Amino acid sequence: MTAPTSTPPRAAVPVDYAPLRAHRRNRALIQVGCVLISLFMAVPIYLIAVASFSTREGLNQFPQPLWPKNFGTETMATFLQSTGIVGGLINSLYVGVGTLAFSSLIGAPAGYAIARFAFRGKDPYQLFLLFTRALPIVVLSVPLAGIFLQVGIYDSPLAVILLHTALALPTTILITSSVFLAVPVDAEEAARIFGCTPVGAFVRVVLPLALPGMAAASIFTFVMSWNEVLGATILTFSQRTLPAQVLSSLSDSPLAFRFAGGLVLVIPALIFIALMRKYLLNMWGTTIR
Amino acid sequence: MSQVLNASFSRRGLLGLGAGLAVASTLAGCAGASTSGGGDVTFFSTQFAPVEEKQRFEKILTEYVKDVKVGFNALPSAADFNTQLKSQVDAKKVSIGVAAAIHGDLAPLGDYLDNVDDLVADAKAAGITDDLLTLGKMGTAQQKYIPWMQASYVVCVNKKALEWLPSGADVNALTYDQFLQWAVDANKANGKPVFGFPAGPKGLYHRFFQGYLLPSFTGGVVSRWTSDDAVKGWTWMQEFWKNCNPASTNYEFMQEPLARGEVLVAWDHVARLVAAPKDKPEDWIMVPAPIGDKGLGYMLIVAGMAVPKGGDKAQAAKVIKALSAPAAQVELLRQNAFFPVVKADLPTDLPGPIKLAAEAIEKQATSPKALLALPPVGLGAKDGEFGQVFKDVFRETCLQGADPKATITKYATNLETILAGAKVPCWAPDPAADVCKVG
Amino acid sequence: MVEATGPAVVAPSRRPRRLSPAFWLILPSIILMLLLFAYPMFVGIRAAFVEGDGGGFTMANWARMVNDPQFWPAVRNTVLLIVVIIPLQFLFAMIMALLLQAKPRGSAVYFYLWAIPLAVSDLAAGLVWLSIFSDQGYLNSVLVDLGLQPFAWLSYQNPQTQFLAVTLAELWRATSLVLVIVVSGMQGIPKDYDEAAAVFGANYWQRLWQVTMPLLRPSLQVALILRTILAFQTFAVAQALTGESFPLLVGETYRWYSALSNPNVASAYALVIMAVSMVTAVIYLRALRDESRQVKR
Repeated sequence: MTAPTSTPPRAAVPVDYAPLRAHRRNRALIQVGCVLISLFMAVPIYLIAVASFSTREGLNQFPQPLWPKNFGTETMATFLQSTGIVGGLINSLYVGVGTLAFSSLIGAPAGYAIARFAFRGKDPYQLFLLFTRALPIVVLSVPLAGIFLQVGIYDSPLAVILLHTALALPTTILITSSVFLAVPVDAEEAARIFGCTPVGAFVRVVLPLALPGMAAASIFTFVMSWNEVLGATILTFSQRTLPAQVLSSLSDSPLAFRFAGGLVLVIPALIFIALMRKYLLNMWGTTIR
Repeated sequence: MSQVLNASFSRRGLLGLGAGLAVASTLAGCAGASTSGGGDVTFFSTQFAPVEEKQRFEKILTEYVKDVKVGFNALPSAADFNTQLKSQVDAKKVSIGVAAAIHGDLAPLGDYLDNVDDLVADAKAAGITDDLLTLGKMGTAQQKYIPWMQASYVVCVNKKALEWLPSGADVNALTYDQFLQWAVDANKANGKPVFGFPAGPKGLYHRFFQGYLLPSFTGGVVSRWTSDDAVKGWTWMQEFWKNCNPASTNYEFMQEPLARGEVLVAWDHVARLVAAPKDKPEDWIMVPAPIGDKGLGYMLIVAGMAVPKGGDKAQAAKVIKALSAPAAQVELLRQNAFFPVVKADLPTDLPGPIKLAAEAIEKQATSPKALLALPPVGLGAKDGEFGQVFKDVFRETCLQGADPKATITKYATNLETILAGAKVPCWAPDPAADVCKVG
Repeated sequence: MVEATGPAVVAPSRRPRRLSPAFWLILPSIILMLLLFAYPMFVGIRAAFVEGDGGGFTMANWARMVNDPQFWPAVRNTVLLIVVIIPLQFLFAMIMALLLQAKPRGSAVYFYLWAIPLAVSDLAAGLVWLSIFSDQGYLNSVLVDLGLQPFAWLSYQNPQTQFLAVTLAELWRATSLVLVIVVSGMQGIPKDYDEAAAVFGANYWQRLWQVTMPLLRPSLQVALILRTILAFQTFAVAQALTGESFPLLVGETYRWYSALSNPNVASAYALVIMAVSMVTAVIYLRALRDESRQVKR
């Protein structure tokens, strides 16, 4: 873990320890920076956890203690016992994984096309993708609900999967395309010379190299789907996703429950980020050759 | 050799793709899990979405509705409720059994609701009053909903604040001037405002102007919009606002800042106040709203149960009948602080906060100066825009310090446009003209 | 649409093909989008120009929108927020990515911590920051513990601190998105360039500007476009923190849609947002056009 990266000037005289000292100072500074940013990022999450596991009276104190002084699980327990939490969790997982599968299958080839081919209408195509993302969802959801009712898939996870796939496609396509751009063509050509079909070369050579990008896109897709409420609320009725079940009623619940609900929604997404992070960082420092 | 390689590569690639497709299609084929507790009838409501209220109401449903299994489904946003019901009726695929919401939320749905005249006899037998049943006709000849429960708005007071009450004032019969004086004195004594006002995005403060401030000062709302009395009322509001906690623009439920001790006195919907005195009811009182020159304006909120067109009316009728029974009505009061619409004797063992609220509502409605105001009737989808006019006037006069007279004159045109589009008769306390006009 | 110079990897096909393979690759996405959104788009756009539900042509909805007292403040706040927040976020995300690239001890943990806000829905994020900035929140608690006076950060009387709170919350909530894209882009940059530049005596900053940044351009472009378009879509945090005293365009769209149940004016707002987003996206695509198209080795 001590590879010199922020390199001191290279023309070093053997007995001069200044570069070494500078190097150590830089390492220390980097650590300080990392710790500061981590605090900024983690403290709010810590606070929501403290608030979720406080008694309701505890939340009314002032000044608020910054540690779980008024520890209590009553709010959380009440929240977890409400109807539809388990059902909502199942639906949300369906929707999240389904959206992931659909958007990767449809999005990755399109991202590859943008990265590898020069074709007429590339910019209009990219704008067309963004076009759908730029309209607030609420304006689209209501007519969409009408269509789904006619087709007969309204109030099912599939309805939400379709909406979320459409919402996630622009992200998936753009992120994967920027990563495919960085994958050297010659690796692919080599595979072709050794007799791979285009699909074979893509799966065997390009995909492994594009893994970080795919992971990044997957993280966005899953998290977006996991937290999307507005569309999911309109497209489902008795088979809601967890956030639609929780968040829509949370806004009218007492503060303690809002924190509990917030935390419950954060945890599964955290697990997902942890899983995908491995793929995102799997080539940290390996060189593409 | 290369041939073999090639074949195996592409086959693997295709296999991978195939597997992915298989996974996706299996997923798509999976049905989701129910989140409304299943049941033969779905009770769909804008009320009782908050976690605890929901659990308590579900319990009432299982205990009091014996013949059918009811699944409860709540959407707090009236617009979402509206969208769901309309799209189901339009597509003729109705899965809503009973649609239950407050009068103002059901009003825009008139054309989508089945006629429930045949349930009126049962409702009368249960003891639902005639004037409430008339309200359930929503200005048509048919019964559109059966009244379900009612509520009102009162003032919740932390007893600490009583020491700054103006001398000689009766806390249960305050005038607007005394109420203002109280806020001013409490502000001076504490060095900061201790009165609150529910002026957050989801706060119900427009109901204060529609049902309390303007009726009390002017005796009307729309018909007296630009009168000198209305200017007086808004001027009072400006002064009062100067003595309200400025964080009020974020308050949606006054029970939270009250319980935190951020504010000591606040007006709000009873269901949004009852959690404040929960732990120590003896530290709190609830009192009627203040009295103005024209009387004690107060607002009554009525919620009703309706059946969407194309729904299963026979099943829904069982649920409606069961929930109209006095015992179920009283249980609803005990659990969720909404008052019965039937003539039921209130039990003596009500929980502390509910008792406080019940007494305050009782005093408010039976006050010799009581002046009943209804939430806007028949405006339907325009109800929101109608309320927004009041919020806009509040923002300009109180937050931006604009002159009240100029502001209400400016917004009279807006109000006129909304009412001209709706073409409805005026509702209490305005005199029942054929078509409501801004005065 | 110039036929670009990129050495497209097209197989020397055995039989002449009329359509570029790219067409077949993007076809599924186009079909899906059209099937799902063509009709809703049509309905949404039409709603902005008609009276009520399918009445005659009118511009009244636009007049209502522009005359709404919250409209111009919403435009101002939206622009202000985007102009302030996007550069800040990119700076912040670049610093974070470069810190990670230096591979400090525990970088895996740091990266995870920094990606966490991604998982937090904007409603929850608004809630967390509300608990920090509210009058009896954590920040004032700390101030009181230190013996200082509490301050009304979110009061409508202090628009500066309101804006500060919203900016900070948005910075926390959405920087991770930029970070993850930048990091995944950095993953793809071969190290030998950097090493070669170091051998030729380029110092850290020179290498950053001359080598890393140009290679990151596709990723930065994507991050910039997505982040901006999504920035136009967020309002939950601002609404949680400031109620209605810091209106944003999307928040107004939802207010007109739900609280005021007027889909026509809401559609007009939606079209404004869409127009501004698209113009921004076109500018980005043009300004950041990646001439090299590919990393050549």
